[in-house]
Amino acid sequence: MKLLTHNMLTSHVKGVTKGYPLLIKATEVKVNEVEFNSQFVSRMIPKLEWSALVQAAEGLGHLEDLPAELVADYENNEEFLKKVHKVLLEVEVVEGSLQCPESGREFPISRGVPNMLLNEDEV
Amino acid sequence: MELVEANVNAVKMSKEQKKLIRKQIKACNILLKHDGIRTASHVTKNLVLANGGLGNGVSREQLCEAMKEMGELETIIMSPHKPYAFVTYSSEQSAQKAHGLLNGHVLHCGDNSVTLYLSFVDSVPCEAEEHVPLPEGLSLVEDFVSSEEEAVLLAAVDWSTFDDVTAQKALKHRRVKHYGYEFRYDTNNVDKDKPLSVGIPDECVPILESCLKDGHIGAMPDQLTVNQYQPGKGIPPHVDTHSAFEDTILSLSLGSKTVMEFRHPDGRVVAVLLPGRSLLVMKGESRYLWSHGITPRKFDMVPACDPQPPAAITPDLGNPGNLTLSKRGTRTSFTFRRIRRLPCQCAFPSVCDSQGAPSAPVPSPPSPPSLPRCHGDVARLEEEYVHRVYNAIAPHFSSTRHSPWPRVCHFLSSLAPGAVVADVGCGNGKYLGVNPEVVALGCDRSIALVHICTERGFQAFVSDALNVPMRTASCDACISIAVIHHFSTPERRLAAVRELMRLLKPGGRALIYVWALEQEYNKQRSKYLKDQSREPSGSHSTTKSRSEGSASPRRTVNSHGDAGVTDVGRPDTEVSGPVDQRPDEDQAHNGKLSVHTNRTAFNSQDLLVPWHLKDGKGKAGKGRKGEREAGNSVFHRYYHVFQQGEIEKVCGQVAGVKVQTSYHDQGNWCVILVKD
Repeated sequence: MKLLTHNMLTSHVKGVTKGYPLLIKATEVKVNEVEFNSQFVSRMIPKLEWSALVQAAEGLGHLEDLPAELVADYENNEEFLKKVHKVLLEVEVVEGSLQCPESGREFPISRGVPNMLLNEDEV
Repeated sequence: MELVEANVNAVKMSKEQKKLIRKQIKACNILLKHDGIRTASHVTKNLVLANGGLGNGVSREQLCEAMKEMGELETIIMSPHKPYAFVTYSSEQSAQKAHGLLNGHVLHCGDNSVTLYLSFVDSVPCEAEEHVPLPEGLSLVEDFVSSEEEAVLLAAVDWSTFDDVTAQKALKHRRVKHYGYEFRYDTNNVDKDKPLSVGIPDECVPILESCLKDGHIGAMPDQLTVNQYQPGKGIPPHVDTHSAFEDTILSLSLGSKTVMEFRHPDGRVVAVLLPGRSLLVMKGESRYLWSHGITPRKFDMVPACDPQPPAAITPDLGNPGNLTLSKRGTRTSFTFRRIRRLPCQCAFPSVCDSQGAPSAPVPSPPSPPSLPRCHGDVARLEEEYVHRVYNAIAPHFSSTRHSPWPRVCHFLSSLAPGAVVADVGCGNGKYLGVNPEVVALGCDRSIALVHICTERGFQAFVSDALNVPMRTASCDACISIAVIHHFSTPERRLAAVRELMRLLKPGGRALIYVWALEQEYNKQRSKYLKDQSREPSGSHSTTKSRSEGSASPRRTVNSHGDAGVTDVGRPDTEVSGPVDQRPDEDQAHNGKLSVHTNRTAFNSQDLLVPWHLKDGKGKAGKGRKGEREAGNSVFHRYYHVFQQGEIEKVCGQVAGVKVQTSYHDQGNWCVILVKD
């Protein structure tokens, strides 16, 4: 699971009102090199919840000095875009779990795949 | 690859050279498309050898022989079933030499020959050993009997008489003899009140006594089935009927070694090498929950460490890169079981026929299920006839799903660069890479299919289509291709559309495909029906079946016989009516779902569509005859096929949504929705 995917995921356990962002508890993280495309990254940034990305990256020890607030005029800041690229697309959680911030329910991540299935009493 | 293409124009080449380059480019494209292997245009130490894989019948030794002539080899990686191999040399010079001399080289491997196409790659897949544990309760004892005992046992079987009539009808590629009790392949059970006149041969007694002494069994078996497999033959995946036999099952392998595959309902597969003269002991989970079978094929993949003493050979094939091929000879297995006198009370009720499940693992139902009438029914029907089936058939299903449907691709290509797209029910991920300019996230209910997506380098997670764990209004587009027809009530089909709309941003678009009741539209028969007419040619290509509903790649038409039911014929199902107000005619037929005959017109809207599991990696048609024997390789999936106008009506019930377009495409009803 890349942090881009994590940024889109939310807890959907019944009754939970604030299931976002999911807390990452990683036991195995890898960094895979991915070809950098500045335009792609700058198109992604407005789709993100920035603070959730920073929090996730920090938790995994891959913050890459990303600022807490999104910088202005990032489209032309290649150095910044490269950092975002790395955090968003190169860092992957292989094993661990995602925890709902409200209910505490954990969703396992195995071989890079988060299993977000709910039990019958959770929907 | 660009370099190669440039060369085509720059230099005058012979016809053969041009052909070679064309083939090479094609090979590169296939590697990229199917397995995400990107070839490099510069020289590296690593080569990928298209057609040089275990999947092509090339053994490690043969490949090594050819490659080591070019320089010092570092590693050869051959993965199960793959039509390619990776070779790493110690130097770039050697790799370049191999590339120059062996590209287009024909390698002769016994009866067949393959043409190798070589390309450089920047990196080879990690050979990290992933230890696959044996299924819980399974153990293998090597050299359990001596060669002398083996000969005595084999001589004890008198193949000149065949008393089991039912078996001879069903089994074409293995000989079988029963002792103690006859196992009936028509009922998957034994006649417990009718013991055979011949009990377990005396020659077996010393062996069974040592099994008792060693604690493998707690009581003497009273039933023996001897199977003799001709080279290359197998047995479809099955679980020994719970109600027929007690817990521990012993299987003694004599003659040629083989590989037995164990499958967990969640999609895990463990291949276990059974050497000659070994004893396999199946207990607990491995006996009750995992299915076991032998894929028909001429060669098995076994660990490439034969020079070492046999004890060093790990029985599981956990290290995927270190394999070679072993030719199968005749194998005879002695399976010892003990007849069960009381109902089974195992801990796996979902696959236990004593506890209400149809005989395992997900077999042709003895009696088809009914349409759901309460919440619990819905869960059971979809769990049994959708979720479990997809997990069980995932690799085969995926292998028949290469070609994205053109109009779905057109929709994806029309999206703005940078768009976020959710593919809800993404299957093997065939749409996730269609438009590289967008961010595509896939989800599917089947863990096994999602793992196939991630192995291809796509982002995907496991979830239900009714509860997609993505932020509300986070998507510019959604696709739901051949998914909603698996929901068994109108409420759930509506809820699936609602969930797609929740994910969309205002102005976002969703594309939905569902299978159509009308397989003939505007006087055009769908591909699904047309493929039926190709049947006699015997050259049906599984990759060409576009319709999701093309359930059987082998277009078998005998599926009615599996369940022995007649079609219910339900012309009208109201779209939004509550579940408990179904037409009376259901009750007249006990509400049983009809079993569809593949590649024929639909007789009703709610039905079971057979999937004929083909396990072998060979061409369609291979191993066909062996499959029918226990019926266990036929899986049934529940479908609700949509009538003209029905999907639009469902979507019309969702507030804040407009149907932008609707159309019929190869036997599917399709809509594009826009969120206000």
